[in-house]
Amino acid sequence: MSIAKETLLHAYRTMKTIREFEERVNAEIMNGQIPGFTHLYTGQEANAVGVCAHLDESDTIISTHRGHGHCIAKGADVSGMMKELFGSSEGLCKGKGGSMHVADIDKGILGANGIVAGGPPISVGSALAAKIRKNGKVAVSFSGDGSVNQGTCFEAMNMAVVLQAPAVFVIENNYYSEHTHISYAVGCNDLKARTEAFGFPVFVADGADFFAVYEAAGKAIAHARAGNGPAGVFAEQGRYHGHFVGDPQAYRAEGELEGLRENHCPLKNFRARMAETGELSDAELDAIDAEVMAEIEQSVTDAKAAARPTAEQVTEDVYIQYTATA
Amino acid sequence: MPEKTMRDAINEALHQAMEQDESVFVIGEDVAGCSGSAGDVGAVGGVFGVTAGIYHRWPDRCIDTPISESAIVGAAAGAALVGMRPVAEIMFADFIGVCMDQIVNQMAKFRYMFGGKSRCPAVIRFASGGGFSAAGQHSQAMYQVMTSFPGLKVVVPSNAYDAKGLMLSAIQDDDPVLFFEPKILYQETADVPDEMYTIPFGEANFVREGDDVTVVAFGQMVPKAAAVIDALAEEGISCDLIDPRTTSPLDENAILESVEATGRLVVVDEAPPRCGLTADIAGLAADKAFSSLKAPIKQVSAPHSPTPFSPELEAAYLPDADKITAAIKATLA
Ligand SMILES: Cc1ncc(C[n+]2csc(CCOP(=O)(O)OP(=O)(O)O)c2C)c(N)n1
Ligand SMILES: [Mg+2]
Repeated sequence: MSIAKETLLHAYRTMKTIREFEERVNAEIMNGQIPGFTHLYTGQEANAVGVCAHLDESDTIISTHRGHGHCIAKGADVSGMMKELFGSSEGLCKGKGGSMHVADIDKGILGANGIVAGGPPISVGSALAAKIRKNGKVAVSFSGDGSVNQGTCFEAMNMAVVLQAPAVFVIENNYYSEHTHISYAVGCNDLKARTEAFGFPVFVADGADFFAVYEAAGKAIAHARAGNGPAGVFAEQGRYHGHFVGDPQAYRAEGELEGLRENHCPLKNFRARMAETGELSDAELDAIDAEVMAEIEQSVTDAKAAARPTAEQVTEDVYIQYTATA
Repeated sequence: MPEKTMRDAINEALHQAMEQDESVFVIGEDVAGCSGSAGDVGAVGGVFGVTAGIYHRWPDRCIDTPISESAIVGAAAGAALVGMRPVAEIMFADFIGVCMDQIVNQMAKFRYMFGGKSRCPAVIRFASGGGFSAAGQHSQAMYQVMTSFPGLKVVVPSNAYDAKGLMLSAIQDDDPVLFFEPKILYQETADVPDEMYTIPFGEANFVREGDDVTVVAFGQMVPKAAAVIDALAEEGISCDLIDPRTTSPLDENAILESVEATGRLVVVDEAPPRCGLTADIAGLAADKAFSSLKAPIKQVSAPHSPTPFSPELEAAYLPDADKITAAIKATLA
């Protein structure tokens, strides 16, 4: 599989942006700068980027509580996101939503979501719209290994098959739902088979490997785009942080986190692959690193200086304000 | 008497009920915690720590579940129908959205629809309310909505002492009980006896006693209102502060008797105003104590909007001391 250089550069930049965004957000939370509940995506970057590399702006994604990575991969403005997390009125959602509700409808980002498995049914609606409009668009929903146990997820998967809607279900197995291991919460021992039993193909990938996710997602998205109904992607890759910032992570085995960071790093794997194939040089990748670091630094500086919301804004945007016509 | 946090007081009630009655069990997401992991199974005790330690004493009666709120509530309702006394945890009250049918169409109505021939002694616990910058899906009170469904009993403790006694009553109650724990109060302490004790449902607590104004407040608004009333006492304004403790059943008499004595009513709740508890209590007083009223009733609530994320916005959203003070003074103007 050969991938255009532009795509490779963009993929690496996006993964690096997610990594640095999350690590910086973690630090800012520790400093007490970011309020609320925040769930970090660090470690899972290749999933979001490998999937979104096949989407354009008018395809949609719907995300989860662990949504920063998905949103960045789908093209959300990083500075606007950072401002949102800081609660600024200049944030992507005017400070109304915060980490769990980052959204940008114009970019096809139907929102992070604070309700586990709130997203898949909505994604089926977006897919249905694409089917009715015959516009070749697809709708991607991201779900965790815990979220797939929710009734809404089952309903969405079955209905997507019934409607033959171009819905793509991306299941990210990071082994835990909060503190509970997948081996406990998913009753059967084969989640891929359980998902396929709904009646659509599921393509499996190592979530530490951008190229594997890119390939699997490519097949799933092509399947849906071609009008063959829904498809799935099943990617396995642990998260590097706790469920939320501050989680003591009593569920981890000894050495688990170190092993993850050491041996399952999508960024390291990407660089190793490039060193092997020579498609991108170290210098090119280092330059991206430096640019990303500067961009994240700037986004934090801007977020700290950004306007704060005022009391009148509380009741704005509950409904559309129609202006009276003469 | 030992000081305990609200979290520990509820935890103690659960332990004591588990000790006393083998039909009591707890069920929910991470109520034990770390199930299936290579780590320390049972280490979590619910994401707010309210079920801490139960797994270590009764591993068979502390049951972690998948993320499946409808099935959790349904399983609690079903186990209760056949004689168990489950205490299910639904983590954030907002997640009622996911399991609404099992609560309102199923468990709430069994007894009535089955001609009085069933009991459903299930307790469903929720962490409710705002104050954490947790935004629109993790901040709602929700108890005001659930109060409108006949067949459910609805509890909203405002302090650690009440929380323990109300939880023990909830577990002993033969009807389904929704138990809303204002999560901002988990760390607040009060004197809480070590022994078991119950607080009857439908019996309001007079948190302060006074002559000029009746203030009725719920959950996390009770300590806020108490602080306001203490400050106003220095200005010579004295208020009754009534904490109904259960919104269903509601101690109407306590409220009406107080309003008849003071002639002035302020109702404070953190939820949005429409079809909520402030309107409910105001309606009660207008209906049954109208002739005693010397001033218009004042309602203090959140505005008709979802809960915003940004701390500044949430501070403006939730009722605060200034708004409560202004409302009390308005009834005296
Ligand atoms: C309906 C609902 N139930 C429970 C929660 C609390 N909660 C938030 S994230 C989460 C675990 C989700 O696990 P998974 O789907 O595997 O996603 P991950 O966190 O691993 O990305 C839970 C239980 C919630 N937000 N919504
Ligand atoms: Mg997971």
